Amino acid sequence: MELSGGEILIRCLKDEGVEYLFGYPGGAVLHIYDALYQQKDVKHILVRHEQAATHAADGYARATGQPGVVLVTSGPGATNAVTGIATAYMDSIPMVVITGQVATANIGSDAFQEVDAVGITRPCVKHNFLVKDINKLAETVKKAFYVATTGRPGPVVIDVPKDITDPAIKVSYHYPDDVIMRSYQPTLKGHPGQIKRAVDLLLTAKKPMIYTGGGVVLGRASEELRSFAKALNYPVTTTLMGLGSMPADDPQFLGMLGMHGTYESNMAMHGCDVLIAIGARFDDRVTGKIAEFCPHAKIIHIDIDPSSISKTITVDIPIVGDVASVLQEMNHLLQTGKKQPKAKDIDAWWKTINGWRSKNCMTYDHHSDKIKPQAAIELLHEITGGDAYVTSDVGQHQMWAAQYYGFNKPNRWINSGGLGTMGFGLPAAMGVQLAYPEETVVCVTGEGSIQMCIQELSTCLQYGLPIKIIALNNRYLGMVRQWQEFFYENRYSHSYMESLPDFVKLTESYGHVGMRVERPEDLKPMMEKAFAMKDRLVFMDIVTDQTENVYPMIMAGKAHNEMHMSPNCELPQSPERELS
Amino acid sequence: MRHIISILIENEAGALSRVAGLFSARAYNIESLTVAPTEDPSLSRMTIVSNGTDRIIEQITKQLNKLIDVVTLLELTDGPYIEREMMLLKVTATTEESQQQLRRLLEVFEGHLIDHTSTTMTIQLTETGEQLDSFIAALTGYEILETVRSGLSGIARGDKYLKV
Repeated sequence: MELSGGEILIRCLKDEGVEYLFGYPGGAVLHIYDALYQQKDVKHILVRHEQAATHAADGYARATGQPGVVLVTSGPGATNAVTGIATAYMDSIPMVVITGQVATANIGSDAFQEVDAVGITRPCVKHNFLVKDINKLAETVKKAFYVATTGRPGPVVIDVPKDITDPAIKVSYHYPDDVIMRSYQPTLKGHPGQIKRAVDLLLTAKKPMIYTGGGVVLGRASEELRSFAKALNYPVTTTLMGLGSMPADDPQFLGMLGMHGTYESNMAMHGCDVLIAIGARFDDRVTGKIAEFCPHAKIIHIDIDPSSISKTITVDIPIVGDVASVLQEMNHLLQTGKKQPKAKDIDAWWKTINGWRSKNCMTYDHHSDKIKPQAAIELLHEITGGDAYVTSDVGQHQMWAAQYYGFNKPNRWINSGGLGTMGFGLPAAMGVQLAYPEETVVCVTGEGSIQMCIQELSTCLQYGLPIKIIALNNRYLGMVRQWQEFFYENRYSHSYMESLPDFVKLTESYGHVGMRVERPEDLKPMMEKAFAMKDRLVFMDIVTDQTENVYPMIMAGKAHNEMHMSPNCELPQSPERELS
Repeated sequence: MRHIISILIENEAGALSRVAGLFSARAYNIESLTVAPTEDPSLSRMTIVSNGTDRIIEQITKQLNKLIDVVTLLELTDGPYIEREMMLLKVTATTEESQQQLRRLLEVFEGHLIDHTSTTMTIQLTETGEQLDSFIAALTGYEILETVRSGLSGIARGDKYLKV
């Protein structure tokens, strides 16, 4: 079969099983768009800005586990996509991004819409390719999908010069069945000796702690994690990226850890004697002060990426491998081994933990005459049965969604954890809704973040995506304001959002439903009304308390036991003193 | 401490910039970097000299290994090894006496005179980096016009070798 480069690209996507291609046309990709027009297998979603194409593909990937695929033109098409590529890179999301490039002969000549896409994206991709030979096009696409989806996943860029896709040049097409790269062979199986040592150490623990991250979600290891935790009866905390891998309503789950983690999680981290980190990378928002991180603990670390091990925190037993496979082996050893966990010590540990838990660190003012953002998220959980796909932007609303929604399943919580990209939420929700048209998809956002990709309301209309936008509108860039309150003596430098649009009218002008909620008593009936509109996008502009802060909070450079607590909770400001 | 890392990397366009970019993006120190194709033209051999604590060097080797184009690598300084660096040096030597003296110095250091004029001499020396430094230090009284050093190359001693 003889095909042009443009046809080959689209045919490769079909053979790879790609359902949706998120993109935006332009000069350098016109040949590819023409090939796209002449087939029906790969469905193209026309976004309104290339950043949104990458976030939508990213949301699709996070919800389904399948790679997200993007097609953008050269120059500004590629540069606009960079934020979304970097977002996916930081959270290890599988993605393949095809960027158009000027014709091979014009590369380096400062041609119209020319940019060194391979150079610009190099630090924020797992790998990238510049295709110089049409005969290598199919093989390159295969490699791109292979690299993006195996090992520690990540985005891969394929830069395709316009002459490669010229419809006049046809070559024979064959999509390779598999690919072998001598330079890329990720380790999947954990070392059996290390796994055994780790299990032995775990069973000696008196105050154990299981700390899990996004790797459990990406590695589809939630079932294995639950069996593991159950077999041991050890407490579990997750990072922001790991939410849902352990059910939020499971009594063994202590909530999120780190900067805005729960009191019980952070105290248990500080007090534990054996810590097992599973698919987590000891991010600075998690560890707090490195020198005082888990000061009494021996540490086991399972990660598929060797470079994540002992990067910031030196560990005692490293295990490089696929999280699901390593946990399966550990579960097998726990079932067949003779040794049991130290039940008495574990009971005593649970007593201590439940003491911390009884302090209700997440409580807030339930009698305010203003809408509390936490209450809005709790209500969202109630109305959606805790079963929605929730995307978020970045800031206070993101933390409240993470803290108060209560995710019981993996792949339901979709946010930009590593890069912290405002503007992520709405386009990510589009990707999720396309993947799961029958599911409830919610974008929790703020009046700041939503304006960074608000143009996508138009895309949502075109494809009939009934996303529910929950905008916690506090007329401030809330997290910036919070830091300015804590660290800059209330000097709210440029954190007030003035001249906000009328979000109701704005949404209506895009052809959707807009609602504004100002009083706490209106929240429930209006949210119920919004979610009853199954086939419509509804933008809920919820006017919340401007002064609310995210608690608990570990200030920069502080340890896990030095949390700053909410004024509403029963804990004194210095928990350490209370304990000693 | 100084570490020498030998790398076999795919001989592809952009491979070098991936390595160089990694060092700058992660603020790793790089003292020298040499690269050239091997007997298998699809592979390049790269030698990197870097300074850092063991912890940083461990991160550097892990991050290098993570680059898709890196096929395999070896930290030479982990075992016995041989290092060599080539230096080309152009100095002024205007008198017969100074020229004679330089020739004697070259004999001691096993260097070669590869070009000369009535006023300048161009020298080639292949030695360890340290020896090259000693040679430069011994050149008192000569004005050095140019120093061209290749950067360090290295190979493991004995039966050990780096191959795909």
